[in-house]
Amino acid sequence: MPKLLSGAAIVFKALEDQNVDHIFGYPGGAVLPIYDELKNHKTIKHILARHEQGAGHAAEGYARSSGKPGVVLVTSGPGATNVVTALADAYMDSIPLVCISGQVPTHLIGTDAFQECDTTGITRPCTKYNWLVKDVNDLAKVLHTAFEVATSGRPGPVLVDIPKDIQFKKGTYSFTKKKIAKNSSKSAKKKVSEKELDQLIAMMKKSSKPIFYTGGGVINSGPNASELLRELVSITGFPITSTLQGLGAYPGDDHQFLGMLGMHGTYEANNAMHDCDLMINIGARFDDRITGKIDEFSPKSKKVHIDIDPSSIGKIVKVDLALVSDVDIFLSALIKRFKEKNKNFIDVNKENIAKWWKQINKWREKKSLNYRASDTIIKPQHAVERLYELTKNQDTFITTEVGQHQMWAAQYYKFNKPNRWMTSGGLGTMGFGLPAAIGVQIANPGKLVVDIAGEASVLMTMQEISTAVQYKLPIKIFILNNQYMGMVRQWQELLHEKNYSESYSAALPDFVKLAEAYGCVGIRASKPSELDEKINEMISIDRPVIFDCLVDKTENCYPMIPSGKAHNQMILGPEDENKKISEEGKTLV
Amino acid sequence: MAKSKSAYSEPTKLGKLDHHIIVVWVDNEAGVLARVVGLFSGRGYNIDSLAVAEVDKLKHLSRITIVSIGTPEVIEQIKLQLRKLLCVHQVADFNRSDPNILFRELALFKIVSSPKNQEKVKKACKKYNSVILDKTKKSFVIQVTALRREIDQLTKDLKSLGLVSVSRTGAVAMTRGAEILK
Repeated sequence: MPKLLSGAAIVFKALEDQNVDHIFGYPGGAVLPIYDELKNHKTIKHILARHEQGAGHAAEGYARSSGKPGVVLVTSGPGATNVVTALADAYMDSIPLVCISGQVPTHLIGTDAFQECDTTGITRPCTKYNWLVKDVNDLAKVLHTAFEVATSGRPGPVLVDIPKDIQFKKGTYSFTKKKIAKNSSKSAKKKVSEKELDQLIAMMKKSSKPIFYTGGGVINSGPNASELLRELVSITGFPITSTLQGLGAYPGDDHQFLGMLGMHGTYEANNAMHDCDLMINIGARFDDRITGKIDEFSPKSKKVHIDIDPSSIGKIVKVDLALVSDVDIFLSALIKRFKEKNKNFIDVNKENIAKWWKQINKWREKKSLNYRASDTIIKPQHAVERLYELTKNQDTFITTEVGQHQMWAAQYYKFNKPNRWMTSGGLGTMGFGLPAAIGVQIANPGKLVVDIAGEASVLMTMQEISTAVQYKLPIKIFILNNQYMGMVRQWQELLHEKNYSESYSAALPDFVKLAEAYGCVGIRASKPSELDEKINEMISIDRPVIFDCLVDKTENCYPMIPSGKAHNQMILGPEDENKKISEEGKTLV
Repeated sequence: MAKSKSAYSEPTKLGKLDHHIIVVWVDNEAGVLARVVGLFSGRGYNIDSLAVAEVDKLKHLSRITIVSIGTPEVIEQIKLQLRKLLCVHQVADFNRSDPNILFRELALFKIVSSPKNQEKVKKACKKYNSVILDKTKKSFVIQVTALRREIDQLTKDLKSLGLVSVSRTGAVAMTRGAEILK
């Protein structure tokens, strides 16, 4: 007969057996027994957020940058509802999170008790799965299943709701690390057949305009998948483009890389996607920001889709060859097959795709990421470029908020390694970057972590800077401050007759003083000439820094595919679009 | 510049819609029906009818039969999305016109009318395995089992003959012959 443990102790036993070393949370009435137990488990460190949403995003940043699941602990009612945004965010971007929430005691469920809400009901559509544990003897199994679900297949968030009486009750715990490992290896990884691989290779041989279109699935598959992707691209000689989430899987400065594709992707990437005759999608999901108008999406190509999630295949775009597989397993099988049967593919095929590369280089000559430089005002693109140049010599981790600054970060910061780029792509959560940076710094002590932020986004979760100060996490909040919700302003300029309805932030705080009030360092840059020096100063400070970078207020994010347009109908810049915001327009706040 | 003021692309033309019967075997655990039904409503799938009950007491398995309408792509998505749920053991899908599948729905009709009309109702229901479950001078309750569209038609026809209340179970399905779905 195994020893009886309290529900709260079972929670920690399970976390220990899952090798969890950090949890992000916020206490409250319905989780007090779990918080009481915390002191008995020295290997698990609790990071106290300032808001449950912050705890959730921090756990996401932790997971994204470490490859391990993030663990969140919140109380019932408002604790649980506050974490919903982070769960929905993790669900969209396939980030493994295990959220443990307290619940009112079993006998009070359904009585509108204090701080009661239907947590499993509320989180059902934004988790992979969730559980309400009503018997303490189910608790251990549920927790281990939760980790298994969160991390297997297409990763995602799960939630375990534990009523307070269950946390007190005694129950059995009969798991061992060995048993858990055995269980998780049982979930068989599907292999792609040789026949399917040969079919794909045949398509690749036949193609004269091929392209790899890769996404977050490569990152989620682990660092080895990124290594294999580099090998595949190099032995085929094909061009490659990446989604927002996939950045870093392939080196951003390599000549075969066409840059990011999609709504704010490069001219060459989007035109290559439109004109290609073979599109090989590895771990991406044909998101609407990528495809634009579906009817005109890459009309002449054969499409191959490799995804671990069968429901992602054929959801948006019909494909000619569907392969359900983990990216790592698929890539190693494909490369092996290439080496067995098509050793000198690249040399034989060179001629075949030479014209294609010529065309791509022609598109490249458009230099779609060019912008009008200025020596009087800091251009946001320039700020990101300088940040990149001054941080690329060290292993830097970048998080972002959501909006123009996010796109500029994606366009101008070149990533060379996976897990270095944490951004909210699917849900587009403003306020993601600051707490995410906290989680990234926890998982990567000693590394440089920068949140490229907008002033509107960062104010949504600003309170978390207090967490960074408490745990001495030297994260850098690099705010591209244009006083507008820039992306909203851009859409209003282009599509709503410059009616800047509610997109101007009056009464912004003084970010330097705000930094000081929180007990960290504030830096402001307003002239291009001082930018480098101030960025270097920021990097050199071993404390949290809020960097207020005052940038051009009217800059738009280009290139851009307008809504309802195809990939080959991009707007390249202000020359294409008669812009300029009048003084009158600016006052329409 | 596009006239559209949406940040999203425009909808493409819808494909051909088809009726499908989707059968799902699930663990009979708390919230399982909410999970399945929530998947449909959350993703904008259609539910024409729904029948659910536990079919295996020992294994706590329930069988859910859902009649849905959608394009072939949507029906495929429904199946794939359902299969991702931990509580789902198996998903089967039949086109309504599949001759190898039996579909039946049970309906109860309450009729309040004159003896003459009562006779008419009984006659109309006869070929649908009708059974009278309750009878008073003025009224009776009749049970029929038939296809959905037959019950649709009956409901319409009986309106003028004193039909005051209808209760329907939603379709259930089973394969013909010795084979089973599972």
